Amino acid sequence: MLRIRGLTKRYRTGEVALQGVSLEIPDSQVMALIGPSGAGKSTLIRCVNRLVEPTAGTITLNNTEITTLGRSGLRRARRRLGMIFQEFALVERLTVMENVLSGRLGYVGFWQSWFRRFPQVDIDEAFRLLARVGLDQMADKRADELSGGQRQRVGICRALIQTPELLLVDEPTASLDPRTSRQIMRLMKELCAERKPLSAIINIHDVMLAQSFAERIVGLRLGEVVYDGPPAGLTAEVLTRIYGEEDWSASIREVEDEGAAVHAVALQPPQPDRDRMAGLT
Amino acid sequence: MTAAAAVSRRWRPPPLIKRAWLRWLLGLGGVIYLGLAFGTTEVNWARVWEGLPRGARFIAAFFPPDFTSRWGEIVEGIAESIWMTVVSTVVGIAISIPVGIGAARNIAPAPVFYLCRAFLALSRSFQEVILAIFFVKLFGFGPFAGFVTLAFATIGFYGKLLAEDIEDMHPAQAEAVRATGAGFLQWINFGVQPQVMPRMIGLGLYRLDINFRESAVLGIVGAGGIGATLNTSFERYEFDSAAAILLIIIGLVMLAEYCSGYLREWVR
Repeated sequence: MLRIRGLTKRYRTGEVALQGVSLEIPDSQVMALIGPSGAGKSTLIRCVNRLVEPTAGTITLNNTEITTLGRSGLRRARRRLGMIFQEFALVERLTVMENVLSGRLGYVGFWQSWFRRFPQVDIDEAFRLLARVGLDQMADKRADELSGGQRQRVGICRALIQTPELLLVDEPTASLDPRTSRQIMRLMKELCAERKPLSAIINIHDVMLAQSFAERIVGLRLGEVVYDGPPAGLTAEVLTRIYGEEDWSASIREVEDEGAAVHAVALQPPQPDRDRMAGLT
Repeated sequence: MTAAAAVSRRWRPPPLIKRAWLRWLLGLGGVIYLGLAFGTTEVNWARVWEGLPRGARFIAAFFPPDFTSRWGEIVEGIAESIWMTVVSTVVGIAISIPVGIGAARNIAPAPVFYLCRAFLALSRSFQEVILAIFFVKLFGFGPFAGFVTLAFATIGFYGKLLAEDIEDMHPAQAEAVRATGAGFLQWINFGVQPQVMPRMIGLGLYRLDINFRESAVLGIVGAGGIGATLNTSFERYEFDSAAAILLIIIGLVMLAEYCSGYLREWVR
């Protein structure tokens, strides 16, 4: 469980990105964070693993107070926080395997990682994760040889091999086509369900995707929480509160469609995930 | 007919320098200076004419190149130059890696950054020959002074380019590695090094090439190597031996050029 209390971030330019945000994310919850550009979504998840230093407030992950940790304490806390990025942020000139194993850097010593002599259990786990997302044949390919959807799956493996307690996900679908976007979101949802009590905070621009794959939506505007509730509660009035005035009728109709679609899928027999993922290129 | 069609708006590309008076001042100033500079260049055409046959005789003295009579000294000089080149490049690059990392604004804390930048600026401020004169005075004649000179110059060259390459890297890739809980050195090894490696290998080979050519010059101020052999043969008026040495230097530089081009292709 992640507990955020009164989180405030003021950049050195004087710009206030977050003003007193308080949130609690219980175990096994997939939460979507929506809001217009510049609302502070990215800042919020980067404050959790302190890639951005918060100005005020406290963040507690399962009884570890993250905001006051020193250097080595922060390293140990970062291992427990997996991060998935917009544009994937794989190290392009390293192989797929090296990218996945880089998720273990917080656990192995410098010389072990320098000579790429990772423990066999880590290598086994890396192959298992790559097989789970259908990329085990790609282990020795360079990351820049993969397609967008494949790269994001490698990014997911890199985050999961850390055995995290929370996933911080920053715009995972921003550079993917609509079909791949849905597949990636579904994969993340399934993986969270498989690895209870893993929970996730997903920053996302696409309201429809957020509604289909998250169980809770938090709307951020100008650094403040303006909505916190179930996906079904996103009415035109709420969307206007988050994003500003606009004709939301198209999005709202989509909400109903999504609901119907989910029911339709639920009636069909479940397909094995492995085949669904492995068939993609 | 509409009113909008009658009034067409004129358009010219905006000038490079906005202020008109400054633009004219710089332009006219440049023309006047060049006119004066060419007007005061003194060329004594009579002496140029007299010099032509002397130059022809001088060049004729190079032929045929004589590889045999000073072969021993030539081999010794080449070996010394190659030693100087290889060792100074390796030592220079080894020292420039920590300095270059420290001089990258995006990853070094401010005091380290300024210290490393100052050191790089210092080692880049003097041309190799001036450094060599200084080090020959310090360590005496011979290839050791040449080695120190080239290593010092390599630090300035390689450290600066490494720092600039690190500043140009993709921050997202490095951030992702930091987010895994990697330590500083692991972060450099996984997040930064892969991004700069191909270019730095190419620049290392280029520096090897430069150091070999410089080593031929350094001998003239007493820092050993093939340059010393070349200088001696000029002083003894043995132009045919000098020609042989020059041909060997050209051959080796071309060989290095070919090899480094091939290697750079291979590392991508």
